[in-house]
Amino acid sequence: MITKNEIKQSFFLSMWAIILTFPLMVIKVNTIKNIVIFRWWNILYVAIGAFVASLLWNYLLRRKEEGAKKDTKDSIPIVHRLLQNQKFRLPFLATIGVIALVYPFVTPMYHTSIMISALVYVILGLGLNIVVGLAGLLDLGYVFFYAIGAYAYALLNLHFGISFWIVLPLSALLGALFGTLLGYPVLRLRGDYLAIVTLGFGEIIRIVLENWVEFSNGPRGIRNIPGPDSFGIELTQHQSVIYIYFIIIAVCLITIFFVQRLENSRIGRAWIAMRDDEIACQAMGIDKTKTKLTAFALGATWAGLAGVIFAAKTSYINPMSFTIWESITILCVVVIGGMGSAVGVIAGALVLILLPEYLRAVAEYRMLVFGALQVVVMVFKPEGLIEAVRKTYKYKKIKE
Amino acid sequence: MKWLNIILGAAVAGILAFFAVKEIIHDPVYFLELFLGGLTRGSIYALIAVGYTMVYGIIELINFAHGEIYMIGGYTALIVASVLGLWGYNEVVIVILAFVFAIAYSCAYGFTVEKIAYKPLRNAPRLSALISAIGMSLFLQNYVMLAQTPEYLPFPELIPQFEFWEPWAHIITAPEMMIILTTVIVTALLGMLIKFTKMGKSMRASSQDKIMSALVGINVNKVISTTFVVGSATAAIGGVLIACHVGQINFFVGFLAGIKAFVAAVLGGIGSIPGAVLGSLVLGWTESFFTGYFWSEYEDVCAFTFLVVILIFRPSGILGRKETKKV
Amino acid sequence: MEPILNIKNLTMKFGGLTALNSVDIAIKKGEIAALIGPNGAGKTTLFNCITGIYEPTEGDVQITPPGKPTDSLNGLKPNIVTERGLARTFQNIRLFHGMTVLENVMIGRHCRLKSGILGAMFKPKSQKLEEQQAVADSYEILEKIGLEQFVNEMAINLPYGAQRRLEIARALATNPFLLLLDEPAAGMNPQETKELDDLIIWLRDNENVSILLIEHDMKLVMSLSDNIHVVDYGKKIAEGTALEIKNNPIVIKAYLGDESEDA
Repeated sequence: MITKNEIKQSFFLSMWAIILTFPLMVIKVNTIKNIVIFRWWNILYVAIGAFVASLLWNYLLRRKEEGAKKDTKDSIPIVHRLLQNQKFRLPFLATIGVIALVYPFVTPMYHTSIMISALVYVILGLGLNIVVGLAGLLDLGYVFFYAIGAYAYALLNLHFGISFWIVLPLSALLGALFGTLLGYPVLRLRGDYLAIVTLGFGEIIRIVLENWVEFSNGPRGIRNIPGPDSFGIELTQHQSVIYIYFIIIAVCLITIFFVQRLENSRIGRAWIAMRDDEIACQAMGIDKTKTKLTAFALGATWAGLAGVIFAAKTSYINPMSFTIWESITILCVVVIGGMGSAVGVIAGALVLILLPEYLRAVAEYRMLVFGALQVVVMVFKPEGLIEAVRKTYKYKKIKE
Repeated sequence: MKWLNIILGAAVAGILAFFAVKEIIHDPVYFLELFLGGLTRGSIYALIAVGYTMVYGIIELINFAHGEIYMIGGYTALIVASVLGLWGYNEVVIVILAFVFAIAYSCAYGFTVEKIAYKPLRNAPRLSALISAIGMSLFLQNYVMLAQTPEYLPFPELIPQFEFWEPWAHIITAPEMMIILTTVIVTALLGMLIKFTKMGKSMRASSQDKIMSALVGINVNKVISTTFVVGSATAAIGGVLIACHVGQINFFVGFLAGIKAFVAAVLGGIGSIPGAVLGSLVLGWTESFFTGYFWSEYEDVCAFTFLVVILIFRPSGILGRKETKKV
Repeated sequence: MEPILNIKNLTMKFGGLTALNSVDIAIKKGEIAALIGPNGAGKTTLFNCITGIYEPTEGDVQITPPGKPTDSLNGLKPNIVTERGLARTFQNIRLFHGMTVLENVMIGRHCRLKSGILGAMFKPKSQKLEEQQAVADSYEILEKIGLEQFVNEMAINLPYGAQRRLEIARALATNPFLLLLDEPAAGMNPQETKELDDLIIWLRDNENVSILLIEHDMKLVMSLSDNIHVVDYGKKIAEGTALEIKNNPIVIKAYLGDESEDA
């Protein structure tokens, strides 16, 4: 229940919010046209918003404290319960499979196209999840590898006419190569330094792409990038969108398959151990540098793949697609979806990318909400939307 | 390894000195301009970096939102100056009030940000706090963008071009001079605050060991809040000064400036205030000479490359101490 | 016979502070040795120097694994030290919280397994077998330590005493010839301590490991140890059997006469 004290506190906080936001929310200046506008109504909105937010904050805080007191171990998310239960597992996956299969045929092209963008983020999210979620390395320059993939396809196709199907695996290798090259010098840095340095790399590639006009055609970008090679069959525009849709569904499935296997392998366990306790992990015989490097390089691999598909889908790329905001959006997908949880990241990507597309009215508030959500998720539910659940092993005696 | 470092360092210094001498002889005025330009730039970085370093020293966290606090300082000054200008106030009053409001609001924002995004996560893993900090930074940027405008706005000339300064103005303008002077004064005051006051002593104690400080009766929460407030105040001063200097402001300016100030703080040795100032100056000069003599488009690339090189070869910075991990 | 661990003249300085001052310790095969000393004497620092977490300022750490030639551990990284056959536990429990109990033990197996990235992605038969073997081995270790009922629990949800035992299980999974236990009984109740006592002796007799432990519980130390090394202010001040140490005036002085209360 909401106590009287909380209401009083929320009231004071909303007063504080009014004072705090007064100059920025109420007064709007435009020094180009030399006008000042006062928007007094905003005071009311801020007051109500802050009041509600404060009540909500207190409520969540209380729930979190109560949760900490109770035994928390049997709070497995519903999705995992569905997936673990043999009876529901197949029908559940089959339903999703059928929906995915008929989706492009029953919806207009526009929706398929949006779904493709969201699925690109699924791949990116799963890749970054290896680096941030499993290995615990905060990479703010993930877009670097995404850009490498996209530009690799655009340029190789432009200059040498190399097909999508050759560049796709090539870009994965390129991603891994650059991941290793960049990772090697920076991975011995502490967590927060790593964040800044990777952020720096992400910015460096954007600036270089913008200024090295002979190489990348600068800010004007590269146009008319062909879609995936369809082996001589003529496709209408709608058909080619469906074609890309199925390609990306396939790549997503491959990604999920491999990521799942990696997560439950010797390497995956080493990543999680390193995230949980670096010193104990080393003392258990795990090579820190090597483990970090594999995580970084494998994360980069998926970004390279996603870049190629992105370029083939939009048929036009320029450096503005690869800003720091792109990196942060992908990070939001991972963090809000659930760090270390593949199911969470997939759900996160679909929700965070599809929702703003359909709710056009609130689309401009997208990044604002992302930012707020990051804080709220970290404070109240650091495991994210859908928590990661570790594999359970059945014990089998092996006869020797 | 140690000797290799020294030899490498000496070689780099030698090459730099050679080019410097060559350029000074070639065009001394241009060199002086770049030197002073770097000094100005470094001074601004210093005002932001000092806050970064103080906060880092105490909670061991990159306050990503620090750059946004600085931007909000600049924006508040712009709003106050515009409104007062519209109402026809005297220029001196405008300058003073713009600064006062900018500082007050930045402090309030710094205080609030700490309470919302950092305090609940003080015992959480580092990664959580870092992500929360990034989220806060993202939120504040978009808040200012949506509440105001995504466009660049011209910033009023708060600091006049004094007439008596006219003969030297082509080398260094009066606002630039003001920036350098302010930085000297502010950092000196800050140094004194930390060295001589009781609060300063509490800050130093808390940065060493928070639990122990709390046991001997220091209110650690208050110390952390004060640190954020003081850091925000210096950032606000920097925000107003740089907006005057550049002549325009935008919701995005805080992010890059914040990152660069962080680079400077790391360069000098994070946690150390003299280090932050020194690092800022080194970064300011490096950028100034790099853009002046090489490519101006790659200014930010220069800063980041510099950071990577420093972190790899001397992660504790110029004045930092080597830390031993506890097991 | 060569001692399996031979520390010679080990010195560790942090700036002006000398944490360890020319310490010599030798551990024989099949021995349970204890390292005792007042708080801050440098015991954990010694562990950190042996296991490569700190690089000692001076001195030698040599090992002679059973059936292998003598080798030096100087300057090796912690993971290599573990690979050579030394495993440790930590004073403040450092388990991997995001993993199950079995997975924690499997991390210990990590350095004895081979599968790489491609192996994990394509799972050839050899990798599948290796993984099954690792699960079986880890389960077996948990059985030995008496934690098999917790196999699929998250490590963080275990009771305190079980967490300490899991640390030992994890260390044991690396196939060590020498176990370094840093205060294994800290925080345990008398019943748990008794069980630990039995476990350590059982490990020595059945698992072919020698043991060096740091402990403050003098009762446990005296009953377990074949040989006790005493350090104080970074210097080794005595060595001997439980009886010799009990009656050593230097040791009594170092503990101000109340060693029994230290438990």
